[in-house]
Amino acid sequence: MAGYIVRRLLQAIPVLLGTTFLIYYMVFAMPGDPIVALFGDKTPPPQVLDQLRERYHLDQPFIVQYLIFLGNIFRGDLGTSFSGQPVSEILATTFPVTLRLAVIAVFFEMVFGISVGLISGLRKGGIFDASALVVSLILISLPIFVVAFVAQYIFGIQLGWFRTTVGPGAPTQDLILPALVLATISFAQIVRLTRASVIDTDTQDFVRTAASKGLSRTRIVPVHILRNSLIPVVTYLAVDFGVLMVGATVTEGIFNVPGVGRTLYQAIIRGEGPTVVSFVTVMVLIYLVVNLLVDLLYAVLDPRIRYAK
Amino acid sequence: MTEIVNGSNVQQRTAVDVGERPLLEIKDLQVGFTTQDGLVKAVDGVNITLYRGQSLAIVGESGSGKSTTAHAIINLLPGTGHVSGGQILLDGQDLTKASPREMEGIRGRKIGFVPQDPMSNLNPVWSIGFQVEEAIKANGIATGRKEVKQRAIEVLKQAGLQDADRRLKQFPHQFSGGMRQRVLIGMGLAADPQLLIADEPTSALDVTVQRVILDHLESLTRELGTTLLFITHDLGLAAERAEQLVVMYKGKVVESGPSAQILQNPQHPYTQRLVAAAPSLASRRIQASGSIAAAESSMAADASDAAGDTIDLIATAEARAEALAAVASAPPAIIVEDLTKVFKIRGSGEFTAVDNVSFQIPKGTTMALVGESGSGKSTVAKMLLKLEDATSGKIVVGGKDLASVTGKELFNLRSRMQPVFQDPYGSLNPLRNIGNTIAEPLHTHKVGTKATRRARVLELLDQVSLPRTLVSRYPNELSGGQRQRIAIARALALKPEILVLDEAVSALDVLVQAQILRLLADLQAELGLTYLFITHDLAVVRVIADHVSVMQRGRIVESATTDEVFDNPKEQYTRDLLAAIPGAGIELGA
Repeated sequence: MAGYIVRRLLQAIPVLLGTTFLIYYMVFAMPGDPIVALFGDKTPPPQVLDQLRERYHLDQPFIVQYLIFLGNIFRGDLGTSFSGQPVSEILATTFPVTLRLAVIAVFFEMVFGISVGLISGLRKGGIFDASALVVSLILISLPIFVVAFVAQYIFGIQLGWFRTTVGPGAPTQDLILPALVLATISFAQIVRLTRASVIDTDTQDFVRTAASKGLSRTRIVPVHILRNSLIPVVTYLAVDFGVLMVGATVTEGIFNVPGVGRTLYQAIIRGEGPTVVSFVTVMVLIYLVVNLLVDLLYAVLDPRIRYAK
Repeated sequence: MTEIVNGSNVQQRTAVDVGERPLLEIKDLQVGFTTQDGLVKAVDGVNITLYRGQSLAIVGESGSGKSTTAHAIINLLPGTGHVSGGQILLDGQDLTKASPREMEGIRGRKIGFVPQDPMSNLNPVWSIGFQVEEAIKANGIATGRKEVKQRAIEVLKQAGLQDADRRLKQFPHQFSGGMRQRVLIGMGLAADPQLLIADEPTSALDVTVQRVILDHLESLTRELGTTLLFITHDLGLAAERAEQLVVMYKGKVVESGPSAQILQNPQHPYTQRLVAAAPSLASRRIQASGSIAAAESSMAADASDAAGDTIDLIATAEARAEALAAVASAPPAIIVEDLTKVFKIRGSGEFTAVDNVSFQIPKGTTMALVGESGSGKSTVAKMLLKLEDATSGKIVVGGKDLASVTGKELFNLRSRMQPVFQDPYGSLNPLRNIGNTIAEPLHTHKVGTKATRRARVLELLDQVSLPRTLVSRYPNELSGGQRQRIAIARALALKPEILVLDEAVSALDVLVQAQILRLLADLQAELGLTYLFITHDLAVVRVIADHVSVMQRGRIVESATTDEVFDNPKEQYTRDLLAAIPGAGIELGA
């Protein structure tokens, strides 16, 4: 098991090098001069521009820029943004906000998605099942910004339960509404996934055998049906957590959440190479770790899966 | 392989007090499934009476309603199934009127159930101990963690798992099929129920394992005084293991009574056919019927067919012997010398699946390769078909060494050697109609024109005794036996000299099995085919093979003519296999 984890982590190194190189190159190849763009309509003296270019190594050829960036990363220096703020500082303020948002969203998905899916699956063809399917189909079909605006209007303006945008410092109660919006689409997916899985498990021979042993339905459902049905659902949840962690650009934009998605979007617009690449590097790392955790979780949920040493 | 297993036990157990209330009484049971076309009756007016301490077997082919009857008793019918009429009285209580709560109390505690497939009936994510303890707790047999665990170990030991205390923490996938079946038997008997329903408890297991488990089940139920309701498709097995037989056909009971009586003097035509077709009860090789007309009548497979066989057995056996003598001088169709196959297994080195196997098959004869699962018999077949390369050794087919044959030559060789596989459901492409399926080898080998290919397909359908109208039909519209005939027709399309039949009849019901075996014998006589017949079922071997090679752990342990192997087995392993044929010791009156 330990050997397996080490091997997976070693595999992450070439992936990280490859992604950072690609992202760095793409930012480099973006049209327009980021330094000129910084000054907007004003035309600064050429010396100032040259000075800034030198400071951010923009006068060097691409490959040199990339190697300087890599070298700095190994020394723990992620560089500074054009506004003069160290990138590590930006990371430290935005990731915790997104983490809280993601945790709340996944919590909603899990609790509501699995419960609704389980009841639907056990009462296949009933009224509850039919309505759950229709609702989940509507939620899947809606673009997220529509859900976001409707939620803002109803819960923020009409009912006044939540603030429409997130206040300074991103207090947790302000994050609930954006988290609910983020959760809706995955909620629908989880309802369908759980439902299909429960229906499939319910017809398995071992469920009948459990009943023939004299077990009550109230024991069979959680122990023999739900536990077996959760394997695909948990995988989906974990991957979804990874997706949410790397930022929900649209939702964070609408609710003004100072998280990863919004910050990265602004950095891309401004052509800030170091900020974009640092963010993406951290995102790739999160993705790799989440994927590894999903695979390990598999082995916990299903004893038949064991990884070679 | 004698009457020891049977005779004596039967008499002991048949002692029934007249006038005693039966433990289980099924009266005019009707079970239906709601479908789009309305109610489909799976069980129609079944009556069964079972007294305390007795054993009764329900026999029938798939779809006869035998398992549905069993599931109806414990009220666990699948899908839309429900009891639509009649009564199921357990000790006087009508189970069809019991509430779900009452049924929970009856299942496990009063009626134990041992299901069919040990592979799918244990939950793969919970340990064996957890699943056994759960049954014990649910039935209130023991309370407190220690006592429950103690009882679980006891139950498993009783079911024949000697190292139960060590294995409680293991998961189902770490158990072999036989071990899992023991666990299931243990769970079924955990609460010491009065009635045990065993639904084909061993049909997924090797014959030798099957016998050990059934012997154990028998002695255990006798010890505990459990009444046994046994469900099986195998008449020989049923007669050997139960005092009473109930024969079911299309949802109805066609005959019932004491086992020996039914076997020796079957009254209903269906039972007569079943008795005649049971390979485990047959004694001689099927001889070719001599004419196609007779082969066609095998579709109907009536009892007179089998009767006709017994009469001229001696004459045909002599004819067969002469035919065999004639082919003995010709060069063998297949020569296998010192064949070895070694698989590399990650982490644990090498595994020798086939170890120095040598045999020859004379042209026009049948050799059976017999062994339990894992004995390497299918690997031999794969190497012979060149679907797998040999590690060492030589295979010569029609005078050509397989190792040196490549490209075009191998392609041509393939047309002379065709396989038929076990699963008639898996080996036909569901999206191709029957005509295209049979014509496919002709296409691949570019034989003939469109018109001649079509003519050949029709000819092949005639040969396998199927109506020509099937040409435009699809596999899902056919029965298992019809599908296997299609697979044989496809194999015959290129006029091969050799057929490799890998468990080709193992998945079929007995009556269908008998038809296919007869068809194969006829085709062999007519076309001079050479068969390599791979099977785990010695009963089938007796009726189809000229020579038998018995494989155990990759080696051939015994090789002789079929009669020699059956009459005078040399190896202990062969004797075990023979003894394990269900019903082998039962004398047929007729």
